[in-house]
Amino acid sequence: MTKLKPWISLGGIGVFAFLLLGVAPLVLTDHWINNLGKYCCWAIVAVGIGLAWGRGGMLVMGQGVFFALGAYAMAMHLTLETAGDRIPGFMVLYDPLAPLPAFWEPFRSAGFTLLAIVLLPVIVSGILGYALFKRRVKGAYFAILSQALAVALATLISSTIRQTGGDTGLSDFKYFFGFVLNDPANKLLVYLIAAGLLVVCLLAVWQLYRSRFGELLVATRDAEERVRFLGYDPANVKLVAFVASALMASIGGAMFVPIVGIITPAEIGAAASILMIAGVALGGRASLFGPALGAMAVGWGQSSLGSTWPDGWTYILGLLFIVVILFLPNGLSSLPARFAAARRSPAPPPPTPAAAAAELEGVRS
Amino acid sequence: MTDASLIVTDLHVEFSGFVAVGGVSFDAHPGEVRFLIGPNGAGKTTCIDAITGLSRATGSARLGDRELLGTPVHKIVRLGIGRTFQTASVFDELTVLQNLDIAAGRHRPWTSLLRTRRGVDPSIERALEETGLTAELATPAGILSHGQKQWLEIAMLLVQDAKVLLLDEPVAGMSQDERTATGELLQRIAAKRIVLVVEHDMDFMRRFATRVTVLHQGKVLSQGTVAEVQADPKVQEVYLGTAGAATTAAMAVVPETVAAMHQPEEN
Amino acid sequence: MHVDALIAPLLNGSAQGALLLLAALGLSLTFGQMGVINMAHGEFLMIGAFAAYLVQQVITASDLSIPVALPVAFVVAGLFGLLLEVTIIQWMYRRPLDTLLVTVGVGLILQQAALHIFPSQGVPVEKPSWLDGQLSILGYQWPFRQLFTILLASVCVAALAAWLKYTSFGRRIRATVHNRDLAETSGISTRTVDRLTFFTGSGLAGVAGVAASLIGGTNSQMGAQYIIPAFLVVAAGGIGQLKGTIVAAWAVGVALAYFAYWTTGSLAQVLAFILVIVFLQVRPQGLFTVRTRSLV
Ligand SMILES: Nc1ncnc2c1ncn2[C@@H]1O[C@H](COP(=O)(O)OP(=O)(O)O)[C@@H](O)[C@H]1O
Ligand SMILES: [Mg+2]
Repeated sequence: MTKLKPWISLGGIGVFAFLLLGVAPLVLTDHWINNLGKYCCWAIVAVGIGLAWGRGGMLVMGQGVFFALGAYAMAMHLTLETAGDRIPGFMVLYDPLAPLPAFWEPFRSAGFTLLAIVLLPVIVSGILGYALFKRRVKGAYFAILSQALAVALATLISSTIRQTGGDTGLSDFKYFFGFVLNDPANKLLVYLIAAGLLVVCLLAVWQLYRSRFGELLVATRDAEERVRFLGYDPANVKLVAFVASALMASIGGAMFVPIVGIITPAEIGAAASILMIAGVALGGRASLFGPALGAMAVGWGQSSLGSTWPDGWTYILGLLFIVVILFLPNGLSSLPARFAAARRSPAPPPPTPAAAAAELEGVRS
Repeated sequence: MTDASLIVTDLHVEFSGFVAVGGVSFDAHPGEVRFLIGPNGAGKTTCIDAITGLSRATGSARLGDRELLGTPVHKIVRLGIGRTFQTASVFDELTVLQNLDIAAGRHRPWTSLLRTRRGVDPSIERALEETGLTAELATPAGILSHGQKQWLEIAMLLVQDAKVLLLDEPVAGMSQDERTATGELLQRIAAKRIVLVVEHDMDFMRRFATRVTVLHQGKVLSQGTVAEVQADPKVQEVYLGTAGAATTAAMAVVPETVAAMHQPEEN
Repeated sequence: MHVDALIAPLLNGSAQGALLLLAALGLSLTFGQMGVINMAHGEFLMIGAFAAYLVQQVITASDLSIPVALPVAFVVAGLFGLLLEVTIIQWMYRRPLDTLLVTVGVGLILQQAALHIFPSQGVPVEKPSWLDGQLSILGYQWPFRQLFTILLASVCVAALAAWLKYTSFGRRIRATVHNRDLAETSGISTRTVDRLTFFTGSGLAGVAGVAASLIGGTNSQMGAQYIIPAFLVVAAGGIGQLKGTIVAAWAVGVALAYFAYWTTGSLAQVLAFILVIVFLQVRPQGLFTVRTRSLV
């Protein structure tokens, strides 16, 4: 049974990939394909959050930062591609003679942009994680500091309207690495890339979870100090998971831009970062599929209910946090196991969350 | 032989003015089961904390010619010093095998981390047999009995290939038979390693100790063989005589363990 | 450069720091007690501000209404805090990090409810006429309003310190923070202490809300902007350390003001944040610490 389990999961990923890449393009309209692409982007971020928070015990409340790094890198490239030899439209608006800011220049190159999408989050999360984990900053401290970073970055972008587009963000992209974005066939292509990347990320965490590293990560989550007394430096273990989750957030952000067509500070700030957590909590933080599926569900709620019934959606979101975390700390994915346990023994065990012990330890920083 | 010994000299540990350990010296050599005893709050756990880098201390603690004080925790472990905790702390969510596998991991190259485990290391098999946990291989550590958890901790030290085992109350909460089994296990282990046991249980100490150090209020009260220590009037006064062996043993287990379990809420 | 150009950020920053201190004071109490971040603390602050507005609807003379609003806001916000403790938080003491997320949800709901009840652009809170003047310091006209914030913060700090130090309930709180089990075994009902702490901490957020309503706008979003700076202040000050919180709040306030003076308001926020991270890098336990046993 235990031997079989990883392969069942792998089969699950296969089915998921088949549905996303094979079935969806055939049965969904262009509009829904585009929406699904957007949910895939959030799901990619969520897979990373599941790795860092669910398995690693690091409550990453500021994934918007890394989402932003990928998204803005991509958006700057697409803006320049659209502008061609000229200065991007929004800059001319404020000052017709303004030169292109120096930090924009390298993003003309497609290669540099792709490299930046991968390297920027790795560098930033690497430095931040190293600094914090080595000093044993964890638990609530880590959570709030990461969120503070997201707020700071969103504020910074809002206030630098000439360089980054400010609150209006970057939009009106016409080309995506040479492809005309308006063309439905190309839109489908962009969707397929996003969905494919989601599958790749799932495969990556699947291998991580069944590897020795996955076991070590869970051990670090549950008893960090104990791991230290086995001769490991828990800071390094956490750093790897954190950097991987940042990379996924960046990839999600990068694909978000061509699919949605606009990126603004509102997509990366405190509220957006919390929304990214919501799906993971709903689906089940420590499970393989939970974060991705939960994020897609919340993404759907956000983009449909959030625009047709915004008040109600906020209440639902608030209640979701309260009800799920209070009564179902391991999310919807823990329901089957719970039912099974309930059937086996008449008195179900108390809802002890997987990470309870770890978090107790965590808060003491 | 001396260069593989653990030598602690004039160890001092202070907590914002409060002297928990005030100038403790003792040594431990391979081949003996060394006991550190003393009433609650005597500073026994703090001594181990200091040796393993958990608490900042002054003085000296050497393994061979290597100074331990001031070395980071995980590096001390890599020198071959392993410890257990007053409250058994194993990874509850992981199976016995996974627990041991992680403990064995520090001898492997880091690339092995990315691969999946295949089969069971011979060192893990040996440790399982030694501690009688072979049948529990696939059991989640969280549902082991209290005694089994403590054996698992010892097994983890064995696969870690620790040269020095510092055991903080390893038989607390065990039945009489389990205590005997543990004591015999410790004697076997001690043949090639340094074993230092912190204990309250006088009976257990009498049966298995080779040499004993008695701590009282952060200082060494007495040192020697079991017979010598028991004959020491000072020891009888503060520890054995006044309280009586039965009460000491009874009070030994309960309050500290409970307190330790609730530690997190303290700050 | 004029003297007043240099002194203005110092004075403004001190007032800003006092407001931060008011917001952080209650957070430091509840966080110190339970290791739980109440993310709805900012919304309790918002409740205090709206309470001030509602008091003004009843007592229209603003000279009088603000002094009345302070205790009212304290009690109203405190009761909300108590309700939160009794309904949700008490079930989650063993899962502090999860509590953080649950209270995020509570905060969202409170914000949305405020948006439902009050106009979305916010409500005006009349400033009492006795806050209109200025104090001339080295040529800089320092508004009484800022002085009032500092005064209010000082009174709250003094009252809290005295309460913790001299009343039996305060002693029980300190005993519980210091060693929960020992407190329990020596006959202190930690449940009652938890509730009272939560009431007081949330009530202080309400008082902060009244002060905030006199300085900025009163709307559903106002609480959200305080929670993170307030937490950073608590973290930088050291958990459960009143004097640390005071020093950290003042330092962050003044740093923000000078950064804003040299650069822009939003860049100042970014810089202040970096400052706190770097500081925590040097002193992860904050300014002042009580060393306690950290493992097992
Ligand atoms: N981190 C700490 N902070 C403050 N006091 C401590 C700390 N650790 C231990 N102590 C104190 O040091 C003394 C010795 O404790 P300990 O070593 O646990 O005793 P033992 O293990 O012998 O029962 C006790 O009075 C205890 O309260
Ligand atoms: Mg002890």
